[in-house]
Amino acid sequence: MTPDNKISRIQELVYEIRIGEVMQSDVITISPQTHMSELRKILREKRISGAPVMDGDEMVGIISIEDFIKWLADREHDCPISEKMSKDVQTLYADEPLTQAVNKFERFGFGRFAVIDRQSRRLLGIITKGDIVEGLLKKLEIDHYKEEEEIYCRRVEHFFEDILADKVVLLFQYDVAGHDFKRAGEGASRLKASLKRLGLDPQIVRRVAIATYEAEMNLVIYTDGGQIRARVEPHEIFVKVADSGPGIPDIQKVLQPGYSTAPEWVRNLGFGAGMGLNNIFKCASKMELKSVVGKGTQLYIRIDTKDGAMSETN
Amino acid sequence: MILKDIQKILEAEVIVGDDLLGEDITIACGCDLMSDVLSFVKPGALLLTGLINPQVVRTAEMADLRAICFVRGKRPAQETIELAQSKSIPLLTTPLLLFESCGRLHREGLSGCSENKKKIK
Repeated sequence: MTPDNKISRIQELVYEIRIGEVMQSDVITISPQTHMSELRKILREKRISGAPVMDGDEMVGIISIEDFIKWLADREHDCPISEKMSKDVQTLYADEPLTQAVNKFERFGFGRFAVIDRQSRRLLGIITKGDIVEGLLKKLEIDHYKEEEEIYCRRVEHFFEDILADKVVLLFQYDVAGHDFKRAGEGASRLKASLKRLGLDPQIVRRVAIATYEAEMNLVIYTDGGQIRARVEPHEIFVKVADSGPGIPDIQKVLQPGYSTAPEWVRNLGFGAGMGLNNIFKCASKMELKSVVGKGTQLYIRIDTKDGAMSETN
Repeated sequence: MILKDIQKILEAEVIVGDDLLGEDITIACGCDLMSDVLSFVKPGALLLTGLINPQVVRTAEMADLRAICFVRGKRPAQETIELAQSKSIPLLTTPLLLFESCGRLHREGLSGCSENKKKIK
């Protein structure tokens, strides 16, 4: 946004934003019988510079720090607030645009206005110049953030196209803790989010995510932890999932759908039915499993980015 | 149909995702085995399940599911709810059993993931 744009955006915003959006709604009110001598403590403790004076449900005035200073300067005797408050209460409606508030501040020179509901005339909040500035800044910041996010997404989505090189390789690594069922899937989740941001085909991203997630579950269920490494190239995503034990005694057996050595607690959580590797195989363009008992297991998953929705069900 | 219709048909309560009830849903899957969900479900589907651990939400996230409805009146713990919230996956809970939930939705026109495959062919 250029500086000129920003100014016209503020001009738009004072018409767009309603007073109700920026006012303070948890209003501290004071009763008319409160003494002037008590006012200082209230203003200081609540960190406010003024407050509506309420007689039951009815707003009878507004008392401010200016009234307090005047009372002090005049060295008058202590008296109820009702004698010193300004009774000419100007109000604003919550559904009016900010520009209305700006005008009123200029016209009356008050520090604050009570904000009421147009129909019920009930007190909803209080608005100061500071609230207006803060409201505008917040809105501008949100605009700014959205703009940055858009630029960021656009920039990332053309990542591969934008890079001029004979070969582009991106590497991602995620560490997985063993037996931590609650956090299982965080690695696959983060990899999925990263691939999405790169603007890869959603079907490809989904296949990588499912295969990686199943592999991550295996690390969590059967090992003390391991690593997921993903190598992303324009033509292929290669995921290597490795651990350092206990290893698989019979690889042919674990590749059979339905074969499982998962303990009961894992099955109760909806996994461990011997379908994981089978799922990975279905999602992958190529899959390879290597294991040495006592040393560890490596699973290699390759997904060709040209394959799209290759798998029947996925 | 939209998620709001599903909520009515299943007499379900929305646990999280009130703002996502307008999401369009055309297919569903009823399953308690997450590996099977990952294997057979289509992107954009509704998952009906009796499991309530956080991995159900992870499964939905990985498989691009649109919403989860817990059956048999089950309610997940806070960590599952928070995960769903952060992934913008609405969670519902119905007092109905899995079979009845699936039956009602199928009768109202929601198809299953294998039927959908036939349609595409």
